[in-house]
Amino acid sequence: MLSKIVRTISDQLILFILIYGLYIIIHGHVTPGGGFQGGAVIASGVVMMIVAFGSGEIKKSLRERHLSVVESSGALIFIGMAFAGMGTLFFYNFLVGTPVFGGIPPTGPNPGDVWTGGVIPLMNFGVGLKVSAGLSAVILAMALFSRGEETEE
Amino acid sequence: MRQIVAWFVLITLVAFLITSALLLHPFGYPPSAMDDYMIARSQAETASNNVVAAVVFDYRGLDTLGEATVLFTAVTGVLLLFRSLKKREKKT
Amino acid sequence: MMPYIPYNIPFVAVALLMGVSLFIILFKRNLIKIIMGIAIMGAAVNLFVVALGYRAGGVAPIYTSTPEGAMVLPVPQALILTSIVIAVSVIALMLTMVIHTYRHTGDIDAKKSRLLKG
Repeated sequence: MLSKIVRTISDQLILFILIYGLYIIIHGHVTPGGGFQGGAVIASGVVMMIVAFGSGEIKKSLRERHLSVVESSGALIFIGMAFAGMGTLFFYNFLVGTPVFGGIPPTGPNPGDVWTGGVIPLMNFGVGLKVSAGLSAVILAMALFSRGEETEE
Repeated sequence: MRQIVAWFVLITLVAFLITSALLLHPFGYPPSAMDDYMIARSQAETASNNVVAAVVFDYRGLDTLGEATVLFTAVTGVLLLFRSLKKREKKT
Repeated sequence: MMPYIPYNIPFVAVALLMGVSLFIILFKRNLIKIIMGIAIMGAAVNLFVVALGYRAGGVAPIYTSTPEGAMVLPVPQALILTSIVIAVSVIALMLTMVIHTYRHTGDIDAKKSRLLKG
């Protein structure tokens, strides 16, 4: 556990880091970014909390078992969106033209609209869940082990 | 003996890599038939402004599926290894 | 337009990075250093594939508020995007195995460890 200054600053900063990661995931089909990058940003926020507060404090609110559940549900969202287009093809973008994320942007440079992309935003969300939970679980396991505590109870 | 073989392998591989780097296409002018198709058609076909996201999740979705499998397997392996290590240390 | 870059300098840099990583993997005996060499090799491969897809004077392949002009190739960037996450997870798995080896034998020297003889 680090000093009180570091703990207070990280406590204020973690909200902004999480919101920034979520923004990168949600806008992955419009601006640079996506599920992988946003998930890495959220996992780095978790790393900052582990460094500032120590893995013993983090363990009280964040369990590896729950992180595994979140990771598996992200993978299930991804594969489910892939199978949902099975009427035409595997990984077919079946949501283009429908009311849900179905807007088609004009060809060429345009200002951008979040309500486009078909299945790509939903897949971004699933992959973001998967990457953030997976990397957080790995780092939490390593931190708990190097501290000599229980990794699972 | 092993040192001599290792130096031989190292020098041969680096010489091969530098030679092939000099013989590649000039930097900045790649052959690009497939990528030109994707750049031209991604907005109409996948409704996504971000061509990289369209390639990752639509045109080459199977690659991303394999990547998700590798990540899942690696995370499962790390958690299992730490758990078994913990159990064995508790026993001894 | 960017001027013509002679002698393919980025590809030569990739070859030198690959030489550094091969030197580390072949001649070092500390397992942590070997993992660092593998990480450098992965970075060299990523740099190579991204440099293959660069188009002179191109912008990022994203249509949101972008200037007119040529775009760099999107497929190498998408492949490297997945490759980076794979590299991170594989390096985490390798470090876990090194921790196992250290707890088992009390040493991370590849020559001294009886598990890795051969």
